[in-house]
Amino acid sequence: MSQVTSLRTEEEEEQTERMLIILSKGSMDMAYPALMIATTAATMGKEVHMFFTFWGLQAVSKKSVGSLKVSPVGNPGMPMPNILGMIPGMTAMATRMMGGKMKKAKVPSIPDMLKMAKDLGVKLHACSTTMEVMGVSREALVDEIDDVVGAATMVSLGEGGQTIFI
Amino acid sequence: MSTTEQRKVIDSRGSFCPGPITDLFKAYRSAQLGDVIELLATDPAAKADVTAWTQKSGNELVGIVDEQGYARITVRVTKKR
Repeated sequence: MSQVTSLRTEEEEEQTERMLIILSKGSMDMAYPALMIATTAATMGKEVHMFFTFWGLQAVSKKSVGSLKVSPVGNPGMPMPNILGMIPGMTAMATRMMGGKMKKAKVPSIPDMLKMAKDLGVKLHACSTTMEVMGVSREALVDEIDDVVGAATMVSLGEGGQTIFI
Repeated sequence: MSTTEQRKVIDSRGSFCPGPITDLFKAYRSAQLGDVIELLATDPAAKADVTAWTQKSGNELVGIVDEQGYARITVRVTKKR
């Protein structure tokens, strides 16, 4: 019986649904949700693309991928007055706190999440304009990056699917 | 159909989203049609997430049993991509 059911659903789901996630921020608390959604969507059978632009490139630069930070400044969600966030060491403290909590929840590190995303078939694209403006070369990006593209490619990747901007 | 159906237990206890789903998916990838995967999870989101995953992926949710402090979520592989 289950065989008949599976045959039918296979025909119905001929077209793979797409998801495009645009990451424009370079902090740990932005990269995590982007990668969590991307990996989960990939396990659910979606064709997932991630587009790294502006500060989002930090999440795929060899130099910074392992040291993304959480800033308490300009983040009203942090349990402290904004002015205190400016005190030296506060960013490091907030980063340590979130990193520690992530580890406790057994959430992999950002570099490991990228590897997992890649393994699940997520396609990773870097924004060419941002690379030029910020002086980032292809070699400076992690090996998981599939290609360097522009906004037109990004728009076509998102066509007919779900687009999430972070 | 097959007599070689396997039963596999995946322990994702202590792990939070996306851990349980990615653990389940890794087991699913190496599983055969008809195999049964039991996922143990403490993440309160796991029940709803696995239910959504089975609906989306065309696999069968056999059942969810609440154990002491965790859930035992059983999935049968009825569709392979």
